[in-house]
Amino acid sequence: MEKNVQQFPPFREPQAPAVHEEHGHHGHDEHHHDEHHEHAEPGFITKYIFSTDHKVIGIQYGLMSLLFMLFGFGLMLLMRWQIAHPGKAVPLFGPVLEKMLGQMASGGVISPELYNSFGAMHGTIMVFLGVVPLAFAAFGNYVVPLMIGAPDMTFPRINMASFHAFFLGGVVMLVSFFVPGGAAQAGWTSYSPLATTIPTNGQAFWLVGMVLLITSSLLGAVNFIATIIQLRAPGMTWMRLPFFVWAQFVTAFILLLAFPPLEAAGLLQLMDNVAHTSFFLPTGLAVGGRLADISGGGSPLLWQHLFWFLGHPEVYVLILPAMGIVCEVIANNTRKPIWGYKSLVYSALFVGFLSFIVWAHHMYMTGMGQTIATFFQTTTMIISIPSVIILTCLFISLWGGSIRINTPMLFVLGFLPMFGIGGLTGLPLGLAAADLYLHDTYYIIAHFHYVVAPGTIFALFAGVYYWFPKMTGRRMNEFWGRVHFWCSFVFMNIVFMPMFMQGIKGMLRRMSDGGANYSAARVPGAIDTLPDSVMHLNTTILWAAIGLGIAQIPFIINLFYSIYHGEKVNSNNPWGATTLEWQTPTPPPHGNFTVEPQVARGPYEYSVPGAAKDFTPQNEAGGPPAPATHAH
Amino acid sequence: MSESHSVNIKGTIRLCSVVLLVIICTTAMMIGISFAQLTWPLKVTFILSVAVINAFLVASYLMHLLSEKKMVFTVLAFTVFFFAGLLGLTLWAMADFPVGTTH
Amino acid sequence: MEIPYTTQVRPDTGLYNAKLGIWLFLASEVMLFGGLFSAYVLLRVGSPEGFWPHGWLSVTLGTVNTLILALSAITTLLAWVACKVNDFRQFKLFHGLTLVLALSFLCIKSYEYHDKWIHYEIHLKDGRIADGHLEEQDEKTVTISGRIIPGDQEQLLYDLRAQKSIPRDEIKLDRSNILKMENYGPRHNTFTAIYFTMTGLHALHILGGCVVIGFLWGPGSRMWKTDHARFTNRIEISGLFWHFVDLVWIFLFPVLYLT
Ligand code: HEM
Ligand SMILES: [Cu+2]
Repeated sequence: MEKNVQQFPPFREPQAPAVHEEHGHHGHDEHHHDEHHEHAEPGFITKYIFSTDHKVIGIQYGLMSLLFMLFGFGLMLLMRWQIAHPGKAVPLFGPVLEKMLGQMASGGVISPELYNSFGAMHGTIMVFLGVVPLAFAAFGNYVVPLMIGAPDMTFPRINMASFHAFFLGGVVMLVSFFVPGGAAQAGWTSYSPLATTIPTNGQAFWLVGMVLLITSSLLGAVNFIATIIQLRAPGMTWMRLPFFVWAQFVTAFILLLAFPPLEAAGLLQLMDNVAHTSFFLPTGLAVGGRLADISGGGSPLLWQHLFWFLGHPEVYVLILPAMGIVCEVIANNTRKPIWGYKSLVYSALFVGFLSFIVWAHHMYMTGMGQTIATFFQTTTMIISIPSVIILTCLFISLWGGSIRINTPMLFVLGFLPMFGIGGLTGLPLGLAAADLYLHDTYYIIAHFHYVVAPGTIFALFAGVYYWFPKMTGRRMNEFWGRVHFWCSFVFMNIVFMPMFMQGIKGMLRRMSDGGANYSAARVPGAIDTLPDSVMHLNTTILWAAIGLGIAQIPFIINLFYSIYHGEKVNSNNPWGATTLEWQTPTPPPHGNFTVEPQVARGPYEYSVPGAAKDFTPQNEAGGPPAPATHAH
Repeated sequence: MSESHSVNIKGTIRLCSVVLLVIICTTAMMIGISFAQLTWPLKVTFILSVAVINAFLVASYLMHLLSEKKMVFTVLAFTVFFFAGLLGLTLWAMADFPVGTTH
Repeated sequence: MEIPYTTQVRPDTGLYNAKLGIWLFLASEVMLFGGLFSAYVLLRVGSPEGFWPHGWLSVTLGTVNTLILALSAITTLLAWVACKVNDFRQFKLFHGLTLVLALSFLCIKSYEYHDKWIHYEIHLKDGRIADGHLEEQDEKTVTISGRIIPGDQEQLLYDLRAQKSIPRDEIKLDRSNILKMENYGPRHNTFTAIYFTMTGLHALHILGGCVVIGFLWGPGSRMWKTDHARFTNRIEISGLFWHFVDLVWIFLFPVLYLT
């Protein structure tokens, strides 16, 4: 069997230093893209723009998606201002907005149309240009090949193409802000007929951008699956894969099979917008009080089905990689094996499978019949079981460990209860009777932000702090890391906790005045309106959101400062980890490993009784023999 | 190369001619059915079943799926299952509306 | 630094990388066209009784295209076999044939598109409907070769075979009598919309296939000498893609042309 395995040649041509090394020598803390000197070999363009090295591509994805996240966060701050102070000019940024966007922001006030644009683009950017590329493409690219002991991804050039498609998609989305009429306004869900009847071109740009982003994800997904199946090092059997790899594997399958129907739907909606077909436009549609000049005969609900067929699996794309990161960090910092590794793996697979047949729980309000609603309620309740199993395994893993508290671990400890809150508040939404009331209120906003923001994004921060030493050879500053965590944790909760209350009181989402029109303040004595106490929370949330933004400054500075000035790590494995990505040189060179690793044991052999150290790397010889069926 | 069994052009041409012949016949059959006096659902069922035969031929012989590995089958099985779910559940949802409502 | 299993098969999966890659890609393509087929089924099931077009597309041209694609699927397979038995001339022949067949498919398809593009449905102010191919038009008049359908028999438009009971004629219409004139482009109704979208996406796949096949036939075939095993694999996976495109057509044809 060995004959089929190619040996890796000695890895390092001395003249080709790995990504970040040279910055250390030059030692100034510019943004790291601005400083590139003529290196005789690969050259800036080939090395950073047309690179096929999975690690460079991972870092490209990482930086891009962090930037997009910051941008999406900025949009949200503007929206929060508008909600708290409807119709008042935005302080500081108002004039800038007016200059850039003209009439949409005349007088520095965010017009309702602009608010809708910001809302739609905030969602789109955060989901498709922020969290997914960071969680899946960035961490996946950087870490997965290292963890399975592979020299690179299976199709390096497709990997590069995937990044380029992503980049182009991002550019199209950004450009759409500046076309006449502004960016898409129909929400990140782009429901028809609204998305087609808004008389501006933003939606067409949105659709083109989405098709590019979907293409990027599809290429990525093919690559990840092929890599994990084909390039595992000798001895790396399925049940020896770190859970992070499993999570990425399931995520890739979800992307592979759930995204194409949305691509199809996107093409159909593009036809509706550009060629004036009526796929999603019903007969007799009236726009602005007049019968629309269309053939009709289409179905708005068809869009919703195709959208949510992706949309629900997408939420697992958002959460599974995060769970993978959490699992790695927990094992490493509790210094003991993960509790219930197999349950984790099977739960992740089961979640991935079931996530394809729960989608219509987003559509209870469309007046669907009881039988089909019952079906989707049932599957939704069933899918929450493996989610809870995963969370429980992670919690139990903490039990009895002498936990090492550092920044990544803090973020992970923050993740667990926050994701718990998000997940549990999803259960009432899965039941039609409760959802009919809660649908489209701020309760929904709070629910999914708890899972994504203090959930997934905390896990992503943990990942950045955790793998940073591998990428750069330096650590991020611990003190500022803790400041980052505690401030984010506090403000995050002040932002999102009140939204549950607002939602339960009946405040609807997607209103450009935050519901002021419905408030008791406007119509004294009216029944069932929003009381002042609910409206005042908008101000609280605004300031907490600003605080949350300020809390990210230490992170940004810490990130870039540490690339050049962080404390140097004194070994290739500073956290004392077992998984393979730490058994490489730091940062790993092109081709990753000096000798091809021979995997001899499972992923989490921490504190093995009788072992010399409290961790035993996966490639340390002398483990139990691999079971024959999995032999490679 | 992945296949171990030997191949030759003559044999392949023979196999292909058979496949082509069957495809011609099935296509003729489909057209025949489409002109027949049948109720609409029956017609669609017949024509699509013939199309499935056609597709099966292409997939199993031309794409040599019959001799393909388990991994490929697994992926395709999941894909077909999810497609069936997409189509089936959507249709079901569209059919199951409370009486008297339109959509 | 080489990535393993680019040509050899990995023992435990029995596949080389690109083989797995193309099947994964095809799986996603199944879902892509699956989404479109689902849309088709839904639109069709939801259309009111008697208003889904029958016989609008030329069965003859559709059949010819079906056979062309089937034949080209076979020639790609033969090209791959020629690679395996190391016969360069046969390879060039079969792969060249594939390319020619693919291009003829596209030609026929464009003719069909054109035919729909110049086909007009014209609502007259007196309630009647004129329907047929545009012959010529100027500022004052429009001439079509087709039929005039009484306003209360609009359903005839949707069943071309029934429509043929009315004799075809050269019809000259005064523009002042025309209420609305629209060709059979995508916006005409949901049938033409889905027809153009599905066959259009399929044609794009054919076009992509032509680029790949043309490349492997021409400049790409230099690899025949330098890395024969890898080249054979490339032919195999591009062939798999091509067969898939054929497979899609096998369903598009009956669904759009015959039912
Ligand atoms: C086990 C847990 C979960 C259940 C039962 C659940 C259930 C639901 C339901 C029924 C809705 C639709 C509510 C409505 O629109 O009326 C919803 C919305 C949403 N959920 Fe969850 N969810 C769960 C976990 C998650 C996770 C893990 C994520 C993401 C990481 C997530 C993200 C979202 C998002 C983004 C929306 C809002 C979509 C929109 O309308 O814009 N959910 N959830
Ligand atoms: Cu959902």
